[in-house]
Amino acid sequence: MAEFKFTQDHEAIYVDGDIAWVGITKYAQDALGDLVFVELPEIGKALSKGDEFAVVESVKTAAEVYSPVDGEVTEANQAIESDLDSLAKPLNEGGWIAKIKISDPSQLDDLMDQDKYDEYVAGLD
Amino acid sequence: MLRKTALHQSHIDLGAKMGEFAGYDMPLYYGEGVIKEHEWVRSHCGLFDVSHMGQITIEGEGVAQFLEKLTPSAFQPKAHGRAQYTVLLNEEGGIIDDLIITRIDDNKFFAVINAGCKDKDIEWIKSQLPSTLKFKYLEDNALIAIQGNWAERILHEVLEIETDDLPYMHMMQAQAPNFDTMYISRVGYTGEDGFEISVPNACAEEIWSKLLDHSEAKPIGLAARDSLRLEMGYALYGHEINAETSPVEAGLSWVISKKTEGYFGYDRIAKERENGTENKLVAVKLIDKGVARDGAELRNEADEKIGWLTSGGFSPTLKESIGIAYIKSDAANLGDKIFVNVRGRNIAAEIAKTPFLPAKTKSMKKKAA
Repeated sequence: MAEFKFTQDHEAIYVDGDIAWVGITKYAQDALGDLVFVELPEIGKALSKGDEFAVVESVKTAAEVYSPVDGEVTEANQAIESDLDSLAKPLNEGGWIAKIKISDPSQLDDLMDQDKYDEYVAGLD
Repeated sequence: MLRKTALHQSHIDLGAKMGEFAGYDMPLYYGEGVIKEHEWVRSHCGLFDVSHMGQITIEGEGVAQFLEKLTPSAFQPKAHGRAQYTVLLNEEGGIIDDLIITRIDDNKFFAVINAGCKDKDIEWIKSQLPSTLKFKYLEDNALIAIQGNWAERILHEVLEIETDDLPYMHMMQAQAPNFDTMYISRVGYTGEDGFEISVPNACAEEIWSKLLDHSEAKPIGLAARDSLRLEMGYALYGHEINAETSPVEAGLSWVISKKTEGYFGYDRIAKERENGTENKLVAVKLIDKGVARDGAELRNEADEKIGWLTSGGFSPTLKESIGIAYIKSDAANLGDKIFVNVRGRNIAAEIAKTPFLPAKTKSMKKKAA
C-alpha cells in the first residue's frame, strides 16, 4: 500500500512498492519562497541515504535535496523544470522531483509519518 | 539584541518575514513573496524602510574641502541641493563605504551611509575631522524610500508635495500639511524613478502608513531591494566593494574627480587610472540553466579560474540568472562566452552589460522652464 513519509530535512516521500517518489514538503517550499530553478539528477545515479541528488533554487537561496534511502535514480521529473509550481502538488500528482529504487526497505522505518512530521514542524516555529 | 527602526512594529503588523541585516531586525519580504514585490516596484511603486542606514551631517567652514580629502569626488563646485554618489576611501585607496553626499548649503552637507558600515564610518570621519567642523549622527531620523513610476504622483496625492522640478540626484526640503520638515532626495537603489525621504522618527510611522494607504504603493522587503539593485548592476558593500577594492577596479571611476588630488589613496588610484587594474568588475548572464551565487568561480574554456562572482541571483524581470563578477582584466570582453562553476558544474555564461535593463531614473537635466 502506498504511503507518505518525511525526513527532518523536509523531503517528502511517496512510497509505491520498491520505488520512492521524492520531493520537498510545503514547509520547505514556504521557507524557500519563490522557486526559480531545479537541478535534476541523472538517471541511473547510485545514491546512499543522505546523498544530495537535486538542488532547488529560490530567489533567496539554494536548497539541496537528499536521498532518504540507499538506491538508484530511475526517473527525474523533467516537467517541473519548466513548471516549478507543480512542486506544490501532491508527490503522486506531479510534485515529485525524482524516483528512487529502494535497495533497503528497512530504511523507510527511520522516516516520519504525516502525524510525526506535522508535530516536528510545529516544534520548529 | 537586534536594533529596530522606527517602523519595526509596522513591519510586524504587515506580516513581514523578518530577518537580521547589519545588526537590525528588518523585513525581508511581506506576504506576496520576493518576485511579486520586485515586479510591483518595476510596474507600480514600492515603499522601503531604509532607516537602518546612517544619516549624518558635517558642517562648518571648509567642509567641501574636507569631503574632497575623504572621497575622490569634487564637492566645492556642487550647487545647493545637489547629491553625489561617491566612496569613502582609506589611506590605501580601498573603499570604506559607498554613500550619497548632498550639499544642504555652503557649509553643510548631508550623507547617507550603509547600515553595516555605520560605526566604522563614523569613527573614521571623526578621527579625521578638523576642529573647525561639526559632525552629527542623526539618530532620530528615519528614512523611507519610495520607488517606482508612481512615486511622484503618490507624493503629490498623499503628502501634497510637488517634485516635478526636482531633478535626479537632487534634494529639496518639503513641508507636508501637519508634518515636520522633511528632506526629499530624488535618488534610489532600484533603477526606478523615486525618492528617499528623511523624516523624524516621531512621525515616520504616520507617513509610512499614509503612503501605504495609496492603492499603487506596497511595502517591499530587503530581498527584493537586493534583486532590484542587482538588475541595475549597483554595487553592494561587502560584495562588489570592500576595504581592499579601489573605485577604479570596481567600475566607479566616474565618481573620481580629475581636478582633486588631495584625497586618501590618491597615489594608488592615479596609478590604476594610468595602468589599469588586474581585475575589473563585469556583468555576467547565464546562458544555460541554473543560478549562480556570490563566490562562484568564473572559468575559461580551459577550465582555468579567471574570476569570481560578487553577487548573483535570478532576475525576476529578465527571467534569467544574472550576476556581477570580478574578472581578470585581459580575460574577457563584452559578449565573450565563459563558464560559472556551480557546485562543481560549469554553466555556460556570457559577459554582459550593466545595467541589465535600462534605468528609468529621471534625467539630471532640469526640465525646460
